[in-house]
Parts: sequence; C-alpha cells; structure tokens
Amino acid sequence: MFGWCGKILRIDLTAEEFFIEEPEREVLHTYIGGRGLAGSYLAQEVTRDWNDPAMPLLLFAGPLVGTVSPASGRMTIMSRSPLTGTVGDTSAGGNFGTFLKKAGWDGILITGASTSLCGIEIADGAVVINHVPEFAGLTTEETVQYLADKGSTAVIGPAAERGVLFSNIIIDGHSAAGRNGIGLIFAAKNIKYISVRGTGKVPVHDPEELKRAREDIVRLTAASPVLLGELGISRYGTPALYDLMHTRNMMPTDNFRKTSFDDAPSMNAFNLHKTYKPLNAGCRGCHIRCKKITPKGSAIPEFESLSHFSALLNNSDLPSVVEANRICNELGMDTISAASTLACYSELEERTLTSREICKLLHDIGWGRGEIGIALGQGSARYAKSQGSPESSISVKGQELPAYDPRGAYGMALAYATSTRGGCHLRAYPVSHEILRKPVATDRFSWSGKSRIIKIAEDANAVVDSLAACKFIFFAASLEEYARAFTATTGVETSAQDLLKKGERIYYLERIMNSRNGFSSADDDLPPRFFSGHGSARNNASAKPLDRNDFLVARSNYYKIRGLDAKGAPTEKKAKELGLKWKS
Amino acid sequence: MEKLMQKYEQKLCTAGLAEEGEPLMGILDAELCWNRKNRHTALLEKIFQQMNINSILFSKPKEPYNSIINFLSRASNEAIYPEDCESRTFLHDLPIAADFSDTAIIPRLRNRKCVLIPGYGVIAFGTVSLEQAFITFSSVCFASFVKFFSDILHKKKKGLISLEESKFLDRIRRSLPQPVEHFSALSSAPFEAETEVLNALEEAGKKIVDYGLVDSYFGNISYCFHDTLYISQTGSSLDELAGCIDPCPLDGSSCAGITASSELSTHMEIIKTLGTKAILHGHPRFSVIISMDCDRYECPCRGFCHRKCPEIRNLADVPIVSGEVGTGPFGLCRTVPQAVEKARGAIVYGHGVFSTGKEDFNEAFLRMLAIENTSYKEYFRRFDA
Ligand code: SF4
Ligand SMILES: [Zn+2]
Repeated sequence: MFGWCGKILRIDLTAEEFFIEEPEREVLHTYIGGRGLAGSYLAQEVTRDWNDPAMPLLLFAGPLVGTVSPASGRMTIMSRSPLTGTVGDTSAGGNFGTFLKKAGWDGILITGASTSLCGIEIADGAVVINHVPEFAGLTTEETVQYLADKGSTAVIGPAAERGVLFSNIIIDGHSAAGRNGIGLIFAAKNIKYISVRGTGKVPVHDPEELKRAREDIVRLTAASPVLLGELGISRYGTPALYDLMHTRNMMPTDNFRKTSFDDAPSMNAFNLHKTYKPLNAGCRGCHIRCKKITPKGSAIPEFESLSHFSALLNNSDLPSVVEANRICNELGMDTISAASTLACYSELEERTLTSREICKLLHDIGWGRGEIGIALGQGSARYAKSQGSPESSISVKGQELPAYDPRGAYGMALAYATSTRGGCHLRAYPVSHEILRKPVATDRFSWSGKSRIIKIAEDANAVVDSLAACKFIFFAASLEEYARAFTATTGVETSAQDLLKKGERIYYLERIMNSRNGFSSADDDLPPRFFSGHGSARNNASAKPLDRNDFLVARSNYYKIRGLDAKGAPTEKKAKELGLKWKS
Repeated sequence: MEKLMQKYEQKLCTAGLAEEGEPLMGILDAELCWNRKNRHTALLEKIFQQMNINSILFSKPKEPYNSIINFLSRASNEAIYPEDCESRTFLHDLPIAADFSDTAIIPRLRNRKCVLIPGYGVIAFGTVSLEQAFITFSSVCFASFVKFFSDILHKKKKGLISLEESKFLDRIRRSLPQPVEHFSALSSAPFEAETEVLNALEEAGKKIVDYGLVDSYFGNISYCFHDTLYISQTGSSLDELAGCIDPCPLDGSSCAGITASSELSTHMEIIKTLGTKAILHGHPRFSVIISMDCDRYECPCRGFCHRKCPEIRNLADVPIVSGEVGTGPFGLCRTVPQAVEKARGAIVYGHGVFSTGKEDFNEAFLRMLAIENTSYKEYFRRFDA
C-alpha cells in the first residue's frame, strides 16, 4: 500500500486497551483520509451525545501527509461538536499529522474515557497511556514543557477542563486547532495530551512523478501574490488580509453592527511586524510558512483573531490584541468564538470593553471563574439566549462567525449558512474568488451563480481536508495538480473530477449526520442583523442589508444542486446515487 | 447570466479569437442557461451532467489559430505541450480528443481545464465562472501560436522542415497582420491627482490590448505617484481596469495590495532602483517566440532556460533574461529590474516584455511596440536566412 499506512489505531480508554484496525482498501479509496475518513467513522456513532464515552474522537491524517506533496502536512481532528451539535472538526497543522504517518498510522480513533487525567503517548507502534492527574489545570504552554521529548503534541488547556464549549487544541505549543470546541472532547475523555513520534517513512508509489507534481504546484504558488507575493501570507501571515477587509468595508466591527473600524490602519500586519518582529514558522512540509511566532515562541494572531480582538470589540490597543490571542492559546480557547462572545457580551452590556477587561474576561472564561466567566464559556448563542436577546449572538448553528461581514460578500453569506460545522468560512472559502480574485474574481455583491459555486467549493475543500492539504495553497493550485500528486503517491488513478465526486460524497455524509441530529433549513440561516441592518458607510458606499428573499432563493437553489429536499434534508435517492448507506 | 455570456462572446470576437456566432456557452446554477443552442449542445449537456462544473465554452478558434491547432494536433499524440512559461505554469498541457464524442472528450476534461478537438475547436470550462473558460480558451490560442512558430523555426534551422510545413507556414504568415509602427499618444505627465493616474492606467491598459501586445488577461501595468505604486490587480483584464487597480504604498505600510499583480515585487524593485514612473508588462507573441530561439544546443541548461539561462542574450539592445512568474528562487523579480535599466525594457525568456517610461506610458508603450516589431522582423529574418 502506498500513501496510506493501512492502519488505524483504535484506543479504548475505559479498558486502557488498543487495537490495530486495517480499513478496507475500498474505504480508503472512497473516503481518502483526514476529514473524509474520520467522517465515515463518526457517522456510525453521530447520534450519541458528545460526552457519551462511546462517542469517538478521531485524529486522522491523509494519504499525502508525510510526503513531499506541498503544504500537505495537515490533519483533521473530529467528533461531534459540543458547541454546535453538528459534525465537529478542526484542521490541525504543525507536525502532528506527519509524525502520525511516520509512526505508521492513518488515524487514531479513541473511545471510552480514562479514569483520571491522562496523556496518550505514541511512538511508532507503541502506545502508552500515562496517568497525569498532576497535569490538571496546567496551561497549554506549561503542559508542552513537560513533553519536550515526546515528538509532536496535541494538548488542551484549562478551558477544556472547565467545560468551555469553544475549547481548542494546541498543536506543538503554538498552532491552534480551533472551532467547534473539539478540545472539550479531549476533556470528556480525560485526555490532557496526545503525543506522537515516528521513525518510518510514508511509502510513495512513484517518487519521481510526485516530484514533478510538486514542481507544478510550487511554480503556481510562486506566481501567487496572496501566498508568496510581496504582501502575501508567507511574509506577513494571514494578518495580510486585514487591510484588505478594511478597504473592502467588510471588517466586522462592534459585534457586526458596523463594517468599518477607523483605527484599522494602525492595527494591521505592517504594524504587527514592526512591533513584534516575528519569526517564520509553518506546518511540516510547507514552503509557504504562514505562521508567525514571537522570538519567545508564542503565536502572533492570525487574521481572524487580529480582526475580532480589535474591530469586533472596538479595541484599538494592539498589544492587548496580541495578549488576548496569547491568553486564548495558553488556556486553550478558540479565538473567533472567544472574541465574538465578548462582543456579544459588550453589546448586551451596552458598553465597549476596555482592553484590560477583555484580557480579564478571557482569563475568567478559561479558568471558569465567576458567574460571567462561566456563562460566557458557553458561547455567545447560549449566553445571548439566557439574556433574552438571542439576536445579539452573531453565530450560525451556535458557532460564532469569522471576520468577513457577509453583507460584503454574498457567497460568504450562503457559505456561512450551509456550512456543516456551523458558522465557518473554510468549508467553501469564497474569500478566494470574492476577495482574492482566485481562480478568477466574482462579483461579491451578486447572488448570481453562487449556489453552485459554493456547492462545488464545499466538495473541493472536503477533498483538500481529506488529503490532507492546506486550503491556502488552493489560492494558487487546484485539484488538477493535487490529483496528480495523489496518483503519484498512492498509485490509484484519479482525476480532479474523480476527487470532486469523493468530496461530494464526504459532504453529503456530513449533511446526513447533521440531519440525523435534527438539523434542517431552519439552521442553515444567518443572524437577523444581516437582513435588517446596514453596515458602515465608507467610500460613499454603505454595506446594504442582505435581501432576505434573494438569500432564500440562493439557498433553495443550493439545496437543489446538492440534492437535498426543500427543507435541506438529504434524500435517499441522492444518498444512493453517491453510494452512501441510507438509514431512515 | 445571458449578459455574462454576451460579454465573453464579444471579447472573444474583439480579440480575434473566435468568429461571431461561433462560441457556444453554457452556465449552470440551479438551471442550465445557453447563449444559443445548436447540434453540439447535447454533448455539452452531457459534460455538465458528468462533471462538477458551472460553465462551458466551446468554439472553433478563428484563423489562424484553428489551423495552427489542427496542425499541431496532427503532429502530437495525446497532448500539445506548450513552451511558453505562462501556459506551462497554468495549463501544463493541452489534451487532444480524437473525435467529437463524449467518450473522447470527457475523460480528458476531467483532469485538465480544456480539450482540443481537431476540426471542431476547443472546449474549456469553469468551476467558478465563465471567465475561467474564456481565459483558458485565450491561453490555448496564445500557447499554440507560440509553439507553432517556435517549433517551425527550430525545424527550419535544423533543415528538418517538410514541404508541406513550409507551405503551411507561408499561408499562416500571409494571414498575419503587419506590425503597427505608429500609435496615437497616451495621456502625458505630469499627473496632478490620483484620478488622473487611474485614468492613465486604464487608457494604457486598453491600448496594449487594442494593439495586440497582450491578450487581455495576461500582463500588468503600474504607475508610481506620490510614494504609492498603482498597479493592476492579479487576474484583471488590462482592457477593463476600472476598479481593478491597487494602490500599494512604497514603504509597505499596507497590505491592501495583496490582490495586486503577481509581478508587484518586480514593479516595486524597478521603481525603487530606476526611479521610472510607468511600467508595462505584456506578452507580445513574437517577443516571446524570439526569446526562446537559442542556437546553443549543447548548453547544459537546455530545458531549464526559463529558470537558469546563464548567458547574456540580446535582441538588438534589449536583454533577454530568464525568470519564472512571480517570486520563487528563479522568479523574474530577481532578473528583470537590473535588466531593464539600460534599454528601458527587457524580454523574459518564453514569457513577455517589461518596458518602462520615465514620466508616463508613452515611452513605455513605444518601447514595447518597438520590441515586438523588432522581434517580428527578426523572426522572419532568421527564418528566411
Ligand atoms: S500555508 Fe500556513 S497553515 Fe498552510 S500548511 Fe503552510 S504553514 Fe501551515
Ligand atoms: Zn507575464
């Protein structure tokens, strides 16, 4: 077998036993790896509560991981989301995926729960469950200090231990795997950390051909202004997008009540760099290296964190933005949800939070301190509802929205609504064409054609997450080039369109899982604010509210294109057409 | 959708890439929409059914492209391998279908952006917009043209050209437009306000397309005004630059120009080191073709000329340098800025021309035109030698 290891590590934490599972070739070919393969396992248990010990926690790499295929060192961590109740997953970078493959595993499937806080240590074929009750309450930073010789690490912080619904996982000390609160699944199983080391090599079917595929991809990235250009993310990290969002008048400000933040020019990537002189870092095997870390090793905020801890909270103090980001990483919390929950709180309190308050509240949330801290730790949707003002939570399916105001990009509006993991920009990533002009520019203020564009992009990104490559590289390359890399790696003949078909199946299975948990068109919707409120006026143009009717037409077209019924529910006919099992 | 299809049909015709009434275009969202229907629509509908795409363009290219593509296809088996850098980078190769049937066409389209069907035309598609199909179609014409003239010159020099090829070349040669020597002046400096700069950029962009110095999507243009470089956005049409120009402060204090052309670094470097104000970059065909004509058959860098040609080659006083698109280790941003200094212009191997103007676009435009005209004459001088 090439590309895949052909082995899944199954760990039963209750029994403290582990087994080797050898998935059938057919399953690997169908679901690829990463998000797709993890999804095929989750589907079998998805109606359980997220904290049911039998609910699996899945950490899956893909066939390209550990090879020279560019930017292919990522992986998926999946379970049912404690925050949204949907399929829950997060894309993780760093070294973890690569080391997992080198250790000989395509993925880890964990069920049960440990009797006390534990760490799972994997070194090639050896698995040790280490009870570490003394690690309770350690920050992520403190935890990794104890794990210096353990290889790549995935750890949770105190936030997960305290039940924060948007807890994340920190990979290798500085790379955050956020969204969906998957850190809490670790806590539910009493896992403080997982570490992995591997000495093997991922067997590649045709190394020379893979090298050629790599060259094609690398050449495309060199031609990409967004990736390797003078102002691109390789140089500035994702904060490079900050100025653009400002000039496009779609920077979520003041809890999405405005779309423009006056102080943005002094809070941008340029200033961040001038002040912090960060070093370049990146995921294993990536030449783009978009991660920026301080000389002391802590992460510089990504674009979303920079935007939400500044504009969304009306905060013009750059050092506090960096500090807020650090606190979130240290305590193990998703920055988008944390900032957005604070913005919701600020709106309900009818006052702007000071930068000092922002940091204090983050500590309160992460440490589960005080009534407010605990309440905010449940996320904005639950908090706003408890305060009788659900519309103050700017979330979809209970997950807070990232830093692109949908009034400024209609494809993004639809993508937020249809995402299978709740408010998320990455499922369809229309930023690519609506903002960054790749592969070509689309009219961001038009719904025309967007339903199919979003559907195709969701399929494509499901493949990307399954291979498991980095979405950023698809600002330049496409599945055309990655199909070649896939075939060279695995020896399995494929094409861009074959891969897209697999992506469609993976996505549809996620819709089926959500549907079985009661999700429907009522959940594929946006906060009412976007249909009634104007954004800010800038450059003589105001961000107009979205037309409700146009949105509903686009969504119903999307359902039709995806093969869902009028209520957004999967159909037996489509499931069968895609070769998926159907349980009514 | 109808409007979009009309727009691209118009563009194909104006650019001399297709005859009016020829292109067949379809866009699919929830419903499928055609610009017209004819006997080929049924097959294209099958493509829509079997592929996850949202737009299709099928057309017979206008002459001489159609004949050139048919000619190249006859000599190739599975695919045509372009030699110019942009097509190599973005299209890799141009697959050929043996006949106009779904079984011949669809498997090839499943892995590439287009397929050539000799005698019928070219099919290209988009997953985001019809614009992708248009760009691919236009690139296929450009790549085939460049490859044909490069190959045939090479054969001629090696004494390998057949009578049939020679006759074919004569026919194509007669159909080529004669070089234009003169042009009507563009707005001249000094520019007082940003709007004047934007207008000058739009005007110059449109003119290099009108003069055939670049197909509308390939190329970029910039002007430096008050410590800010105004540059065309990546993937923008040079003949439709309104709203597609990014202001990039020279001190790098804003990243808003992250959507600027992939050659931003090269433009910046030229402006900073030479102090010129206007820069044009296009892909005039004969400049691209002539840049790849090198007689050093034993050169150890052969095959990698676009990356590492070690020689200083010239076309008259204009240097020909290596360099790939963008910023990589072999990026043209490392070779072009020094090269343009003396002759106010340079040709990048297998790629295109950079030209500069001290104050405005008149000088830069004239320079690019002169380089292309010299290349055209030089090509046929070498061929006839
Ligand atoms: S581009 Fe950034 S996030 Fe993506 S693989 Fe490279 S370093 Fe990781
Ligand atoms: Zn170019």
